[in-house]
Amino acid sequence: MTPRLSPVSRRRLLAGGAVAGLGAVAAVAATGDPAPVPVAASAPLDTGTATVAFHGPRQAGVAEDPPAHAAFVAFTLAAGTDRRVLARMLRLLSDDAARLTQGVAALGDTDATLAVLPARLTVTFGFGPGLYRAAGLRAPIADLPAFSIDRLERRWSGGDLVLQICADDPLTVAHTQRMLIKDARPFAAVRWVQQGFRRSPGVQAPEHTQRNVLGQLDGTANPRGAEIDPAVWNPDGSTTLVVRRIRAEIEKWDLLAVTDKENATGRRLVSGAPLSGSQEHDEPDFTALDDAGLPRIPDFSHVTRAHVTDPALKILRRPYNYDGVPDAAGHPDAGLIFAAYQRDIARQFVPIQQRLADKDLLNEWITPIGSAVFAVPPGCAEGGWIGERVLT
Amino acid sequence: MSNPLNRGSRRTLAAALLAGALTTLGLTGCGGSDAAGGTPVPAAAPSASASTGLVVKDPWVKAAKAGTMTAAFAILVNDSATDITVVSAESPASPMELHEMTMQDGKMLMRPKQGGFVIKARSTHELGPGGDHLMLMKPAAAIDAGNEVTFTLKLADGRTVPFTAIAKPFAGAGESYDPGMSMPASGMPMAPMGSAAP
Repeated sequence: MTPRLSPVSRRRLLAGGAVAGLGAVAAVAATGDPAPVPVAASAPLDTGTATVAFHGPRQAGVAEDPPAHAAFVAFTLAAGTDRRVLARMLRLLSDDAARLTQGVAALGDTDATLAVLPARLTVTFGFGPGLYRAAGLRAPIADLPAFSIDRLERRWSGGDLVLQICADDPLTVAHTQRMLIKDARPFAAVRWVQQGFRRSPGVQAPEHTQRNVLGQLDGTANPRGAEIDPAVWNPDGSTTLVVRRIRAEIEKWDLLAVTDKENATGRRLVSGAPLSGSQEHDEPDFTALDDAGLPRIPDFSHVTRAHVTDPALKILRRPYNYDGVPDAAGHPDAGLIFAAYQRDIARQFVPIQQRLADKDLLNEWITPIGSAVFAVPPGCAEGGWIGERVLT
Repeated sequence: MSNPLNRGSRRTLAAALLAGALTTLGLTGCGGSDAAGGTPVPAAAPSASASTGLVVKDPWVKAAKAGTMTAAFAILVNDSATDITVVSAESPASPMELHEMTMQDGKMLMRPKQGGFVIKARSTHELGPGGDHLMLMKPAAAIDAGNEVTFTLKLADGRTVPFTAIAKPFAGAGESYDPGMSMPASGMPMAPMGSAAP
């Protein structure tokens, strides 16, 4: 196919070139002056056009460095949904995701102009227990047991299907969410949507550990590199996802001195280093004692309770912060959308969560208010759809 | 409504523009393997026909209840050096007509496209809501979202181009397909050919 350019597009091209040229001139003129702030023109403009492949044996949106923005959209299937209906829905949503993630408008996209900057967009499909029930299949996942710390609200819990939409740009996330919800509408109702954020691209080096709204580095203990496969991916390319909405009791957290905060987490706030070490990725030494002969890392600290030594039992934390509207008293509605990927929820996630529920000082300042579990089926090849190996 | 600038070429253009801008600034090597650049992604392989030179790209059909008129859309790409005329369309799902939208008395009306759709040599012709489209006059069964519907385009030279379109829920362009509007015969808002409205 040899597309021809219309006169209009030629003009646009020339105009664009002229603008870029002026920018270059301005940048050159500015050299010599010590610019206190880097000029925008010096930044490569590839954040918006960067793409992550949609097709493949594993779904995208799990092991990659998390983009800055996310929407977790959970659905409740319409009554009477069966396996054939599920196939229709997933064929349609997979087609949308395959196009949008590559910066191509979805079919029938009424706002196609919003699709052209994917900004590392990924759409990850998770199947809740209810989807397997509808399909007449045994679910590979089950709801979490009740934990004493939970104050779960229905409006943030459960779901037959979840779409995790991530991108480095919030408008891209918004458009993708809109398009996918529209196409899911004949099949399912929106159950809940959780929107969250991390640092914006370019603000910190990639692969940094994210900081949550309590100021803690969050995800230091994640499996990395070769550790990811045995912890996260089943041989068939599937994994599982737990989404917990964790409210941060920031007003209470504010009452603490830094030392108290560090004792609650077991890590230094600035560096993220365990209290037994000096660097973020130093292995915590729970036998290290301080001058008074007490453990440097208290046994009630978060890092002590969450610590896992067997790499195969680790979980991949992929959390996003949320920050809603404060109430009239100025108290924030903020916290964490705690998304964790692991091969097996019962074997990996539940024991960690149980230890935290039993004794984690941090529980004083965080409250789980939402909880949902999903199986993440393998990816699909071009022309295929997510779930085809499960449902056909 | 021939549109020689398809989506693919727009993307290429944008990439070229970006590359040009970066070159102007003397920046190189900023694009990773997954950054910047055209990675076209037709999820379903476009229906190509080497013999006809006509490619049906990005086909879809608006989901509809049984007996309710609806329409199919696509980008028709003519790769050949000669004009191609689509004279008719067929589908096992419904009787078909080729339609165009036209302004008449200040209102958009649809009517059969006389002479069919002409796709100029090395050009594209977009079928879309509010424009030329393939009309499904009376689907025998419901076309549900996510269904795949097969079609065949017939060309003026007698050759045919088959393709499969996915059904999408689509709220737009509803006024064109509403059978409730008072119009003759099939009961659709169709402008009679070559005469004033009744």
